[in-house]
Amino acid sequence: MEKRVTFKGWLLPLFLIAPQVLVTAVFFFYPAGQAIWQSLFIPDPFGLSMQYVGLGNFEYLLSDPYYRTSFLTTAIFSTLVTLASMIPALFLAVVADRLIKGAGVYRTMLIWPYAVAPAIAGVLWLFMFNTRVGVVSWYLGNLGYDWNHVLNGGEAMGLVVVASAWGRISYNFLFFFAALQSIPKSVIEAAAIDGARFWRRFLTIVLPLLSPTTFFLLVVNVVYAFFETFGVIHTITSGGPQQSTTILVYKVFSDGFVGQDLGSSAAQSVILLFVVGALTIFQFKFIERRVHY
Amino acid sequence: MKNLTTSALIAGSTMLSPFAAYAETEIKFWHAFTGRLGELVAAQVEDFNAGQNDFTVIASHKGNYSETLNAGIAAFRAGEQPQILMVFEVGTATMMSAEGAVRSVTKVMEASGADFNPDAYISAVNGYYTSTDGEMLSLPFNASTPVLWVNRNEFDAAGVDPDTDLSTWQNVSDVLTMLQDGGSTCPLTTAWQSWIHLENFSAYHDVPFATQDNGFAGVDTELSFNGPAQVAHISAMGEWAQDGKFFYAGRRNEGGANFRAGECALFTESSAGYAGIKAEAKFDFDVRPLPYWEGVGNSPQNTIIGGASLWVMEGHKTAEYEGAAQFLAYLSSSDVQAQWHQDTGYLPITTAAADATRAAGFYEANIGTEVAVIQMTTNEPTANSKGLRLGSFDQIRGIIDEELEAVWVGDKDAQSALDTAVERGNQLLRRFEQANQ
Repeated sequence: MEKRVTFKGWLLPLFLIAPQVLVTAVFFFYPAGQAIWQSLFIPDPFGLSMQYVGLGNFEYLLSDPYYRTSFLTTAIFSTLVTLASMIPALFLAVVADRLIKGAGVYRTMLIWPYAVAPAIAGVLWLFMFNTRVGVVSWYLGNLGYDWNHVLNGGEAMGLVVVASAWGRISYNFLFFFAALQSIPKSVIEAAAIDGARFWRRFLTIVLPLLSPTTFFLLVVNVVYAFFETFGVIHTITSGGPQQSTTILVYKVFSDGFVGQDLGSSAAQSVILLFVVGALTIFQFKFIERRVHY
Repeated sequence: MKNLTTSALIAGSTMLSPFAAYAETEIKFWHAFTGRLGELVAAQVEDFNAGQNDFTVIASHKGNYSETLNAGIAAFRAGEQPQILMVFEVGTATMMSAEGAVRSVTKVMEASGADFNPDAYISAVNGYYTSTDGEMLSLPFNASTPVLWVNRNEFDAAGVDPDTDLSTWQNVSDVLTMLQDGGSTCPLTTAWQSWIHLENFSAYHDVPFATQDNGFAGVDTELSFNGPAQVAHISAMGEWAQDGKFFYAGRRNEGGANFRAGECALFTESSAGYAGIKAEAKFDFDVRPLPYWEGVGNSPQNTIIGGASLWVMEGHKTAEYEGAAQFLAYLSSSDVQAQWHQDTGYLPITTAAADATRAAGFYEANIGTEVAVIQMTTNEPTANSKGLRLGSFDQIRGIIDEELEAVWVGDKDAQSALDTAVERGNQLLRRFEQANQ
């Protein structure tokens, strides 16, 4: 039988959730509402006048083939960033978990990159891969590979993915590592006594027990790739070459804060809000089923 | 919202007024300069403040050009705008159409007792910021124009005479081949491709970049840089890029690093690159006029400027406009201007400052520094070479960058790339027109 703890009356529960509701209202509902309102207008930058255009901003955007391509670019980019930040993190966590000596040092070192702001990380990677003075591009040149992300769209995409995923590996590592530590040793030892080798134990015991963490990180990383990566894109490629790294959120930023086209920028935020909302619902509906808590 | 802002302003000014009666009037000046340029601006402000007792100019750095413009716009929306805001040339149309947010320099100067003679300014410089009926909207502050930089050592190394005539692209084309045959890996590179190879190219050949006198005559302007002259030039550059004669380093001034490191023989870049090249280059360099295609359009007409100008914003007290006018008059005075021109490589904004610099023997001592001045001022600007006044222009440049990259890499031919850029840019211009009806 299910055991339920309930409050008597309404006052205390309301009081307890009030701070959370307030924060959400001020930092989410209010700005989101503003964005939806603004997306119906073409305002001038100074806020001196506004032209009501109904859904004109959306029509304008969706009829633009470059904007539609940017959906595909975003899909590729976020998939790659999510994979590139989660797989190495899991690997490092598993390896660090098996360490006996110096685990603390490794853990601390592995968490460091998370302290670097995305835009700064972008500059660091840009320096390493700079076509003329970059260390990595110089080595690649010695190996006979001519690195040029300024003109090669694929290389530019690879570079922004790596730069975006790099700091994120630390964050994911932290969660995976904590989750690994919480797996009861007895379960693994029992399996070992039964003759299961490392890989078999990993696939049949560790991975399923990690699934709540993995799912959480999947959602969080997709949101990260969608929203927080424009600093990296801005510093490394500005969306180029051509439009090969123009992801949706970068276009929101550049149209709004470079182009001062606040109507279009607001409409894009609204579209992005729906895309990420739909994606999160999808994840909870279809992927969460496979999660064992 | 509006009421709120007004009442906040009233409350703010009532609180401040007792102090204002005793203290000097404060003039806020927001700019985008750091490093050496930041120091020079700070020195100018200090000198102005020390020179009189009525006003104090408070200069603040607000980030790069785009960020400074954004800071000004956000401040205006919050009712806390500075008296003087630095805006890059690309933001001119945005500022101009913000009626009610800015007050023209002509109005500010005439209402004050400050010295002001519109004819004292070099028309090729100040024309960019002057309305079609002669009203000076903002004060040009730092203006530069593109020139051709030559690495003489690279020419020697490739066995090409560094004194070869490079005044036309026809000649440059032959020279690029000779340089490449002589072993140069980077015969030509550029900074600011749209500014130099389309905007200035159009002005220099006296062909329109956009209709309605490049936007000066109205916001119902359409881009027209896909004409035969521009297509031929971009096409030639595309071929050079394919052949490895033109090295594309990036959208901004990334190519400058390659040139200053001595890797490239020729470099098209702003005349304001002078300070950096002089400081870093370990080779002999020359400044030459920007090349033109002989027989195309009315070349060589004159090139146009890049850089920033100072805008006076609305919503301040009479005394503050008086102070702003005094400060702008100080900046325009010939000594201050001449010094600024010589320190930075930016163009002088008044004829008097140019004459003072020449008289001081600066041009003889610093070969090539006069090239930009001559290139800008030899011919009286035409409707095609007065400048550009296009809304959303920062973004249009982004579009042009994207399409040009497609040409450099060989994905598109020049005609279709420029056609697409025009079509995409026109959409932005229509939105800008709609926003400013």
